[in-house]
Formats: sequence, structure tokens, C-alpha cells
Amino acid sequence: MNTIEAKVVVLGTQAVGKTSVVIRYVGGMFSKAVSPTIGASFFTYKLTVNNYRVKLQVWDTAGQERFRSMAPMYYRKANAAMLIYDMTSADTFYDIKEWVSELKRNVDNPIVMCLIGNKCDLSDNREVSVKEAQEYAESIGALFHETSALKNIGIEEAFLEVAQQLIKLYETSPNSGLHTIDMGENRSGAKEGNSSIKLPEEESSKPATQQDTKCAC
Amino acid sequence: MADSKEAEQVSTSESEQSDLIEPETCIHRENSMLLPAENFISIDYESFENYDCQPSGVIHEIVRSNSQDKSEETPDVVLSSSNDEFSAGEDKEERKQISAKELASALTEEDIEEDETRKPEWRAQKKHIFILSEAGKPIYSRHGSEDKLVTIMGVLQALVSFVHDSNKDNIRCIIAGDHKFVFYVRDPLILVCVSQGADSTQQLLLQLTYVYNQVLSVLTHKTLVSIFKQRRNYDLRRLLSGSEKFLDSLLSLIETDYSFLLGAVRCLPLDLQVRDMISQSIIQHARVKDLVFALILANNQLVTLVRMKKYYLHPVDLHLIINLVHASESFKAAESWTPICLPKFDSSGYLQAHISYLDESCQTCLLLLTVDRESFFTLSDCKNKIKERLLKYNGLNAIGDSLTKTSYSINQCGITDLRHFLYKSRSTAQYTSPEVEAPYLGTEEQERLFGLYQYLHHRIHTSARPLKILYHVGPHETLLGWITQGFELYAVFGPLVTKPSAIHSINKLLKWIKREEDRLFILNSVTF
Repeated sequence: MNTIEAKVVVLGTQAVGKTSVVIRYVGGMFSKAVSPTIGASFFTYKLTVNNYRVKLQVWDTAGQERFRSMAPMYYRKANAAMLIYDMTSADTFYDIKEWVSELKRNVDNPIVMCLIGNKCDLSDNREVSVKEAQEYAESIGALFHETSALKNIGIEEAFLEVAQQLIKLYETSPNSGLHTIDMGENRSGAKEGNSSIKLPEEESSKPATQQDTKCAC
Repeated sequence: MADSKEAEQVSTSESEQSDLIEPETCIHRENSMLLPAENFISIDYESFENYDCQPSGVIHEIVRSNSQDKSEETPDVVLSSSNDEFSAGEDKEERKQISAKELASALTEEDIEEDETRKPEWRAQKKHIFILSEAGKPIYSRHGSEDKLVTIMGVLQALVSFVHDSNKDNIRCIIAGDHKFVFYVRDPLILVCVSQGADSTQQLLLQLTYVYNQVLSVLTHKTLVSIFKQRRNYDLRRLLSGSEKFLDSLLSLIETDYSFLLGAVRCLPLDLQVRDMISQSIIQHARVKDLVFALILANNQLVTLVRMKKYYLHPVDLHLIINLVHASESFKAAESWTPICLPKFDSSGYLQAHISYLDESCQTCLLLLTVDRESFFTLSDCKNKIKERLLKYNGLNAIGDSLTKTSYSINQCGITDLRHFLYKSRSTAQYTSPEVEAPYLGTEEQERLFGLYQYLHHRIHTSARPLKILYHVGPHETLLGWITQGFELYAVFGPLVTKPSAIHSINKLLKWIKREEDRLFILNSVTF
């Protein structure tokens, strides 16, 4: 049985329920008091689909404006993106369009996108119609699901379909960036091109003392 | 019985100190892991003016280049303000007109009913903290919604710019009856504290600098400056949204936690061998390139800190880290990866923090701070190995045990009539204090105790007349403060204690602390 490892990034405006969806899927629970994510949280989830073991590495990003500039760190080299909006807020849906164009601009490798309208338990206050969302999803080639983290509706299905798409991607496109665990040693190879930051070598002990005096002044 | 009159005796001369045996300082400066912050308390306003004008050093370069490449990736950090309702480039004169108008409207009677500042509960608050932009735009208010306080923000801005424009001077403080207004103007922000509490002006100023540093910790100094350079009218709340809780939490910590007053950190009491084992676990498993600091916190106390040889962690930065962990529930859900700016370390860029809890009950928090933004998975491996080793050698249990024992009782020191004390080791910037016990169990009494320490600290550190020793007989207790090269000691006795017996007790206490110091303090700093 093949095992593939895929990086999934969860994007969307703040308070649409990104963390709730992820915790519902990974941890199987719902908490009313989920506090805003700081930076990004990392989850892993393993599932078996169509004779593949799929290991999902999920980056649950923070929706707050101030973390916006961090996003590239997470979606770069992502194999799938969960684009979550709150169906009771049209604004959060329009924000998705910004995310999509940003992904299109910055991500080279093929990426599975899944549009998710969360909070469908509140569909009485719906501001985004199924039709509108569906059409948009088709126009960008994304999957589409409506979910509720509270009532546990649609989340399992959404991730499952993403996993199936990932397998398809792995089978059809060798350049997908997806790697199997057996080839794990090559993982570092996938990291080339990083603008890695280097700390100063030996000769730079001066700044430390400078700083020392600055703080102790 | 305790006389309700207050008697006070100040002694600064060397001869009168002879009763007190000054113990040799056992801790050497170069061994310290934290920068001592004694100087931090005596605030020199001028020194703030040029504190971070030129962050230098290679690591700053690195972090800076790091944040530059970030802004290339998403130029919208700064530019996304395009839907800001105000047009950019408003000049200073226009600003002044607006604020003058606001000032005028503040004085008219009509809008008083709408005004939050007229509400009794708002007015009854002991301490208000306001942050506004130089243009007078509200950014944060401790109490009430800053939106409804536009008028008062305008008044504050007018006061600052009036003094600045007419005398080329900076307004620092206004005393009006019971209220102190303290201003801290750090381009491009204006921070104001209005207090009717016991805090001294210097202490309020210190609190404002903490608030300012907390803002920097979220945004970096560089971003803050560049945003307002582009548009003086920017509504900073957009970028700060979600981080108000850090300001709230910081300000409540400042009011209850002695660390901030003392500029020191409290260590979780642990046996020397146990702490060594914990530090060794980090050294063994987190020897990773570019990892600058690795630390473990438990219940706002420091368990261990391992640092890169040439970099120190300033207590102010550590306090911001403690506040970050204290105020965020989200780290409990999963491993997190978040940028944090440590203003004393480098105010121009972010460090990347890997934050995770090591135990099920989420009490022991490991933080790995690096300059490499791509090292999450490496650090995640480190974390697993550290956790394994700590489980194997019962390190986590030891931390848990120490946490349940809640520090120590004053009785353990075996000194009668000593009710409570704070002892700060100056060279390590760490402090210890026993549990608060009777008669200080009620909230009100605890606040009063805090006020006593604030008073003692203020009297000793007042820049006009710094003291070495202060013996203060109050109506309900006797206070003794003593500063030497190596330590600061603040002790609270019952009201009936005599001076010789207080001094005797203090010497006994110092011996006790010396005996326990391996457990109470981190004496040798650990480096990678």
C-alpha cells in the first residue's frame, strides 16, 4: 500500500470557523470557546482511501489581519487548500476571491482547492446562496461543500474528497510535489529554493556586546 | 497597639547600615542568563528617546532581511489600507484644526449624554490606559470602547501637540486632584495613563512602556513606523485586531504580578539536579542551527532558559513572552508557529516561535525561538525528543509537583513577625517571594499589599533621592526596603516589630535565601 504525505492549508477570514472545522475533523469534537488562532496551528491526520494511506499535514492559519503577511509561508508548497467562508456573511465569501487570486499568483505546483461554506446550521441567516458558491467553485476548479462544525455536517466528506483528489493528483502528475513516505529521505530536496536565513558566524560576537550595553544602559 | 500615626526613618549613611551584614554576591554577572534590569526601573526619559533609533548587529540585519523578504511577498501588509476611509497625506495643520474642533466639542454640554466619559462606572475605574495615533485616532482603551472615546482622544492629542508646538517640549505628566495623567509619546503613538491609584508617575510610565513594547511585539517597530509614514491617518486597530486581549492581559498582570514592578522574573522552585536535567534535555535535543532561545514556562514562571551564547533575553522581552502564553488559549489545541517581535532583542523584525505544551493538562509550555522561518518541522521533532526525555526522567512530573505545591509558605523561613517579602537577585534579574497568606487573603488586602510594595519601591528608587535603606512604620505594618549591589529586598512586618528585631530578621532571611537559592533561582545560565 502506498503512503502519501500531503500538506493542507486552511485559509479564510477571521471567525469563519477554520479552527472549529479542523478540530471537528481531527479531534472529533466541537468547543464553543475556541479562541482565535495565533500564527498558525499544526495538525496531522491519517486516513486510508482507495488503497492509499494519506497523511494530511494541516496548517490551520490565523485569520487576523496582522498575520496576513505570514500566509505565504503556509501555502507555499501546499498540495491542498481549504478555503473557508461563513455562509452567513457575504464579506467572508468575497475574501475567498482574494485568497484564490493570491494562490494563483504565488503557487506553482498543482493544488487541490476546496471551497467550504461553514456554519450551515445557521442557514436561516444565509447570505451566500448555494448556487452562487457552486458556480464560483466551478469557475476556479475547486471542490465545494457546505459544512457545520457544530452539527458535524459535511466536514468528513470535504476532507475525504480532498484526499481522493490528492491521490488522483499523485497518480496523474509526477510534478505534483506530493511525496510518498518511503521516499521520505528526499523530503529535504523539496526544500530547495528556500531563502534560508543564516545566523552570524564566529566573528560576529560584537553585536551581542553592543546589544548588551544597549539593554543595560 | 499600632499607632495610627506614621513614623518614618530614612537612613542612607554607611555607618547606620553596619547592623546589616551585606552578604557577598554569589552570582557572577557573566553567568547571568537574563540581563539585569535594575537600570530599567530608574527611568530616564531621555534615554527612551534614542533607545531603538539604530538597532545594529548582524542578527538584526538577518532578522531585518527576513522581514524585508516578507514584505516583498505580500506588499499588502502596508498597502492594504487602501479602503481606509481617510485620505492619506493630510498635513499637520489640518490635523490641528480637527483636534481643536474635537476639543471644542468636548467642552460643549450637548453631547455629554452620549459621552462614555460621563458614565459613572467608566469614571470610577482606577486606571485608564489610552493609545492613540499622533493624528489623534483612537487605537486602544483599557475601559470602554475606544470608538466612543474619540473626544477624549482628541483632547489628549491636543494637549500633547499644544505643548510640543508651543515650547518644543514634551508633556510628561499632569496632576489634577487625585488623578495623575502620564504621557508617553513615542512617535508615531501617544500613550496616556490616567490613574487615581497609588502608582507613582515613574511606575505609570514604566507600565506605558510595557504597553508600547507589547504593541511592538505584535507589529515590530519597523512596520509601525512605515505604516504611519505612508498615512498619518491609518486606523491601527485593523492590524491590532485580535491582539487587544494581550494588552488587557498585560495590564492586569502588571497590577497583580510583582515581576513587572521589579523588572525581574520568577522561577519555578525546582531542585538543582532536576532543573539541570531539564536544561540538558533541551541542549541535547534542540541543538539546531538558528535557534536563539529555548525556554520552558509553567504558570507564568520560568522553568529553564537555554540561549545562544552571544544573545541575552531581556526581562522585558521575557515578560512579553510570558504574557503571550498567559493570554492565549489557542496554543493548547495544537503546536503553533507564530511570529513574535522581542523589542529589546530586535525591534525591527520577528523571531519565529514554535510553541507547544508538553503535558496533557497544558501547564508546561515549551517555546523555541528561531530566526529560521522554515524550521517548524525540525523544531517539532526537537519538541518530541525533549518531551520523551522529560517523560523518561520524570521531569514533567517534577514540574507538575512543584506547581501543585504553590511556591512556599513564609513559615518555612522560620522568621516570626515577617509577613511577606520580595527578594530580587539583581545580577540574574530573578526574584522570589512566598505565597501571600493571612492577613492578605482578600482581594482588597492583596491590592493594599501591592500598594505598599509600590510605595516602598518608589521611595527607594525615586530619581530625586534614591535610598539604600528605608524603614517605614505604617499604621498596619512596618516596611523595610534594602538595596545593595547584589539584591533588592522588600519586607513587610507586623506593626509591632522593633527596628533591631526587624534587622535581625532580615539577616536571618538572607541566610535562609542563600541556603535555598539553588532551588529558587537559576544561577548558572545554560547555552547551546
